[in-house]
Amino acid sequence: MLKSKTFVKKTRKGGVLKVVREHYLRDDIWCGSAACGQCPQDKPVLESDPEIDSSLCGFPHYLIPDTNVVLHQMDVLADSAIRNVIVLQTVQQEVRHRSGTTYQRLRDQSNNPDKNFYVFTNEHHRETYTEREQGESSNDYNDRVIRIATRWYNKHLQENRKDGEAPKVKVVLLTNDRENREKAQKEGLLAYTVHQYVKSLTGNPELVDRLAQVDMGESTDSDIKNEATGRVLFPEHLPLSQLQTGIKSGRFLQGSFMASRENYLEANVLVHGDESRSIFIQGHAHLNRSVNEDAVAVEMLPEDQWKCPSSMVLQDKDGDEETSEPDLGSPKVRSNAIPSGRVVGVIKRNWRPYCGVLQPSGIKEATRHLFMPAERKIPKIRIETRQAETLQGQRIVVSIDGWPRNSRYPKGHFVRKLGEVGDKDTENEVLLLEHDVPHQPFSQAVLNCLPSTPWGITKEDLACRQDLRDLPICSVDPPGCTDIDDALHYLEKPNGNVEVGVHIADVTHFIRPNTPLDQEAANRGNTVYLCDKRIDMVPELLSSNICSLRGKEERFAFSCIWEMTKNAEIVATRFCKSVICSKAAMTYAEAQMRIDDKNRNDAVTFGLRGLNALAKILKKRRIDAGALTLASIEVRFHVDSETHDPIDLETKELRETNSMVEEFMLLANISVAKKILSDFPSCAMLRRHPQPPPSNYDILIKAGKSKGVDIETDTSKSLAVSLDQATIPSEPYFNTLLRIISTRCMMQALYFCSGTLPESDFFHYGLATPIYTHFTSPIRRYSDIIVHRLLAVSINADKSFPDLLDKYKSQALCNNLNFRHKMAQYAGRASVELHTQLFFKNKVTEEEGFVLFVRKNAVQVLIPKFGFEGTIFLKSQDGRGEDSPFVFNEEESSQTAGEVKLRMFDRVVVQITVETSHIQHQKLRIRLVKPEVPGFSVPPVEASDKISQPPVKKVKT
Amino acid sequence: MCHKIRHPRYWLILPFKMAGLEIISDQGYRIDGRRSSELRKVCARMGVFTQADGSAYIEQGNTKALATVYGPHEVRKGRGKIQHDRAVVNCQFSMATFSTGERKSRPKGDRRSQEMSMHLRQTFEAVIVTELFPRSQIDIYVQILQADGGNYCACVNAATLAVIDAGIPMKDYVCACTAGFIQDSPLLDISYVEESAGAPFLTVAMMPKSEQIVLLEMNSRLHADNMEKVLDLATQGCKDVFAVLDRHVRDHVSESHALMTAS
Repeated sequence: MLKSKTFVKKTRKGGVLKVVREHYLRDDIWCGSAACGQCPQDKPVLESDPEIDSSLCGFPHYLIPDTNVVLHQMDVLADSAIRNVIVLQTVQQEVRHRSGTTYQRLRDQSNNPDKNFYVFTNEHHRETYTEREQGESSNDYNDRVIRIATRWYNKHLQENRKDGEAPKVKVVLLTNDRENREKAQKEGLLAYTVHQYVKSLTGNPELVDRLAQVDMGESTDSDIKNEATGRVLFPEHLPLSQLQTGIKSGRFLQGSFMASRENYLEANVLVHGDESRSIFIQGHAHLNRSVNEDAVAVEMLPEDQWKCPSSMVLQDKDGDEETSEPDLGSPKVRSNAIPSGRVVGVIKRNWRPYCGVLQPSGIKEATRHLFMPAERKIPKIRIETRQAETLQGQRIVVSIDGWPRNSRYPKGHFVRKLGEVGDKDTENEVLLLEHDVPHQPFSQAVLNCLPSTPWGITKEDLACRQDLRDLPICSVDPPGCTDIDDALHYLEKPNGNVEVGVHIADVTHFIRPNTPLDQEAANRGNTVYLCDKRIDMVPELLSSNICSLRGKEERFAFSCIWEMTKNAEIVATRFCKSVICSKAAMTYAEAQMRIDDKNRNDAVTFGLRGLNALAKILKKRRIDAGALTLASIEVRFHVDSETHDPIDLETKELRETNSMVEEFMLLANISVAKKILSDFPSCAMLRRHPQPPPSNYDILIKAGKSKGVDIETDTSKSLAVSLDQATIPSEPYFNTLLRIISTRCMMQALYFCSGTLPESDFFHYGLATPIYTHFTSPIRRYSDIIVHRLLAVSINADKSFPDLLDKYKSQALCNNLNFRHKMAQYAGRASVELHTQLFFKNKVTEEEGFVLFVRKNAVQVLIPKFGFEGTIFLKSQDGRGEDSPFVFNEEESSQTAGEVKLRMFDRVVVQITVETSHIQHQKLRIRLVKPEVPGFSVPPVEASDKISQPPVKKVKT
Repeated sequence: MCHKIRHPRYWLILPFKMAGLEIISDQGYRIDGRRSSELRKVCARMGVFTQADGSAYIEQGNTKALATVYGPHEVRKGRGKIQHDRAVVNCQFSMATFSTGERKSRPKGDRRSQEMSMHLRQTFEAVIVTELFPRSQIDIYVQILQADGGNYCACVNAATLAVIDAGIPMKDYVCACTAGFIQDSPLLDISYVEESAGAPFLTVAMMPKSEQIVLLEMNSRLHADNMEKVLDLATQGCKDVFAVLDRHVRDHVSESHALMTAS
């Protein structure tokens, strides 16, 4: 029975509610040490003879960190040198309340058997529990609890040594709180600050760099000017309790802080709970040390202080401590002012480790350096390191520790280095890390879940599947595609109707729920495509072999088969698990050729023609319903087979066959969505695309007006129609540009669980369909795996399992998938950018471009051939450049210099080079060639070639 | 066996810290320090009142219930209810105004109390050998003095003791216990905090010797794959409760016997 010894009550009082809770104390919680001869434990976590070289503690010892040490020095604790740590429950719980991410990292450490982290449930242990004293603050109480546990451990390990001979293991308390340390020392305990302890580790000097610089208390000399003068640069953050009451009373608003990519002094705060509402923040003091993605509390400014975005592109250029704030405001233009506010406090920091480079420092032996993150939304970070020399020209990872009021930049510490700047593998690693893409090789546990090879279809498999091997099934994909997850067939029926089938790789046959393979795939969420690399969601054996519907091989499929009239009206739909054998795996071009080749009349070609005809009808119907065709330019690099450097690039071509496959995939997705929603009204995984708020379209309408074209945006239908009509014969590229701009007005499409939203929100705006899901790519998207499982249950082909039918878990999964999906897109784009940069290395190219946006000090130019967008700065960044010949006209958004006027959609010729002068932060530089502006534009290539030669050579050596 | 109830000391923890309680830790301890298959501490006393024919008081952790039994006696109100072949069981459930964190007057006739009374009646009609008392009535009154999860279970367990105290023949003890399924693990005898986590839980009343289930209630949806695990745990819980109750009954009987022989 129960071993509850004493029986104590714990209470909570907030408002008028009083909660009484039981608190059982136990005597069956073991110490977890292998050196202990008394506790009857199976597998002690802590080693009996912990080895670490410390000049301070020259004996075997375990560490007990206090809460603040765990919170701030997680990077030190996570180092492989630090082992044999006792994590007290008190500490763990407090960390959990204060920082979710640190708590997660702490848990990872305790689950890692190599680290020997032991969680000691001290609050339920009979001898380490203590009641809080009258008038004792919660911090003091926790400190006391930690000391009691430390004392107990010391005593326990001393008294219960194994057969008397084992070396005496001691316990060392790590705390940076002076009072706590002194009290502990008075009680005869060993207590040090982390800094003392880490510096004493003679075997691991590099750990010192990882120490976080926060509240050192006894901080040494400070050479920072502002610290010396004690000047305060930022207003104080209000304490959390005041923020809470302020938010409750409506005086403050809570939201997530979204820094602007273009201007480091501007940001928007998206108000929680009211997604369409955003508050504009401008200037150092108002931003008040917020970092991108923090949860902050904002106070609205009175309306007469509202500002408008400066329409200026601004990068934090030099690392001076001066807070010279460029003149951003033109508060004269009242009409454009938008709701503005200032940050009064930070509710939750969302800091993560950041990748970037060290900014070279003027002084050679300096230990304080500035770090430039790769992500422009993140401010520079001041770090302290002794290895600056070796870190120059390297990509490194840095964590933020804190941001004092008197420091222009946040303070941080070095975590690790990734490799050389400009090296492709390093840069790939950087972009994967920056986008939080899990890219480690699959673990053995995951690989163990794979079917054994050679794999074949057995009789039992055939018994429970429909045999569709005789059907003329074929697949159409982009060239070089190895993960083929869809195939099609078309047959004419005797009754005049046709049968059309979409066959999707049956991935869920191999990925069973809750296996390590499944969990890994759920975490990865999707396959990430970089230019030269694919980061698979499932191991390659599945993705490019067993699940891939390759030509002339027998494969498992999940089939969706319709009976249609020749007018593409669906008569009946059925779903089944099947065995198929694809007759041909074609590329889009091959399929197109077959359709066009009059001499070919085999079943597959016949089917393709039938499908193509149906697809045209389906597409027209969809567009009539208001589906949008938007544009974005996708480019494809030809990669050198040996160096893997890009040697050429082309924009993707669209053929009829592309849209043929797409139409049937859409149809299959919609049919499946209907089916799973009817069978699982509360837990179907669907995809929605909300209609953007009208204000999103402002920029599009303005752009249209500048060319005298009216764009209507009331419904997706009217938008589609007005986009179709918006053509200017003399400017053939105008329509594409408009579509590119309207793509940017759109909201993100999202996965969601049907039980969490009202049915009216299921709508997919872009496709103009009331319901949609993803069914057709289970090899590369996890959402499709869930949809497959739901569909399999609803046709009785498979069993359900608890998590599948739990709408909260399902929604949590959706949130992860949405995040991964977004990050995969960003990573893909970043990879294109990286390759573009590599492509232009050592080259000077001239290309045609179009002005996409006109800003106060710059114009943004889209270069269609390479599908990227660049900024041409027209004025120096502080915005006061009198040297610039350009005059900005905000009303019609144009820049004028003498005769030349730059406006939206104007055609320009630009020169593209890679800026090599600044090796730390290579970037593409775009300069204006045409129209010529004396004193600003650069001469065409022939002339400039010679000028740019020398630096190019320098780089090569 | 029973511990003296200590006066708790109240202290203030800010409400936002409550967000997202960890119901069970990685080390396998629940908020109150129990492991997943442990009951709360059970204390019981029989024969707490002398006026009634039978009475009992039970504490299961912080859930406290008092049960009194009158009868069998002739049917007083509503002659129409008389059954000619067996006794009528009449149950009344109520909660003390001071039983929860917020003081609330609870009229006896409210929906939830009525439902609870009905469940109790069904439970005890199944266990009491009513055929022995035709044309008569047995009254069971149960009151919750303090509520901290598992109210029904405490009522059933208290009433069982009271019925035994009244000397009314039963087929077997009837013991009740809850088991929840929270954060992917089955938990026995869930407390109020654990109940409020919103996860599904089962309430089971059973005759422990024959393992016959008298009443089974589930508050929300639970996947069939998990049902078995939870039910097994609840069954084990009922048996554990039985062991405690049986010991109390035997202690009580030997005590009374000692008193009687002494006098």
